[in-house]
Amino acid sequence: MTDELVIAGKSYGSRLLVGTGKYKDFKETRAAIDASGAEIVTVAIRRTNIGQHADEPSLLEFLPPEEFTYLPNTAGCYTADDAVRTLRLARELLDGHQLVKLEVLGDPNTLYPNVVETIAAAKTLVKDGFDVMVYTSDDPIIAKQLEDVGCCAVMPLASLIGSGMGILNPWNLQIIIENANVPVLVDAGVGTASDAAIAMELGCAGILMNTAIAGAQDPVLMASAMKKGVEAGREAFLAGRMAKKLYSASPSSPTSGMID
Amino acid sequence: MQLSVNGNSKSFEAAHMTVADLVSELKIVGKRIAVECNGEIIPKSQYAETQLNDGDSLEVVGAVGGG
Repeated sequence: MTDELVIAGKSYGSRLLVGTGKYKDFKETRAAIDASGAEIVTVAIRRTNIGQHADEPSLLEFLPPEEFTYLPNTAGCYTADDAVRTLRLARELLDGHQLVKLEVLGDPNTLYPNVVETIAAAKTLVKDGFDVMVYTSDDPIIAKQLEDVGCCAVMPLASLIGSGMGILNPWNLQIIIENANVPVLVDAGVGTASDAAIAMELGCAGILMNTAIAGAQDPVLMASAMKKGVEAGREAFLAGRMAKKLYSASPSSPTSGMID
Repeated sequence: MQLSVNGNSKSFEAAHMTVADLVSELKIVGKRIAVECNGEIIPKSQYAETQLNDGDSLEVVGAVGGG
């Protein structure tokens, strides 16, 4: 059975998207990403090292753009203008690459998104030809508005970035998924493999995570666990779970043929 | 000439420089970068022909690990 994730017209075998930050070194980054099976990896755009550190190895040497789909992000941007500027630089950096992750933050402590600035940036970017995967709150109305302005995927938080608190409002996620005509991916908040499975069981098209893997005691092993969590949750969603009931007078073993 | 590069003021002996010259001076030739001069992106194809002016403010960015 082929069950591919389609984003902006391109198919992906893996429904797990991963960040590349917070690892011990690039070797660990690469090993964890290999274990995760991810095909889409996020990167940040920052001032390049010049002067004495100019010869340092770069992330791109460990994760060649030919092997992975890069998803440049706007982490650290607090205004629509900054986010748009960052992604235009990313497009130049990555030779015209159009698939991007938009996030506009509203508060440096919680990293909660500023949805007003996010919608403004999304409009500009879509008009400018970008394929925008957008990080947002779990507000169903905002999620729909982001879809309506032309985002190719909507990515509500499960809980706050880097918190590892898991899926705090499955009901909102369910409403967002039910109303959406574009893929809905959970971005942020997943802490462990069961969280990933729960998100997928709700019907999410995929999950984007970074800290849950990089912040584990053994990131490579956790990356493997997340791969399985996402796959298990997806299969359970497709299989359709049994109905929940308080009790059932229908045991799994035959009631006839009992010995006297 | 005097340029601001990634927020740092830098002096260069040459009186005339292109973006290509700057990239070479910074020893980042061949690195995957993007360059913005006074808020305008300079496409890679135009590095050699884009003259810099004294006091220009440049941003030179690359891709780093992030989530």
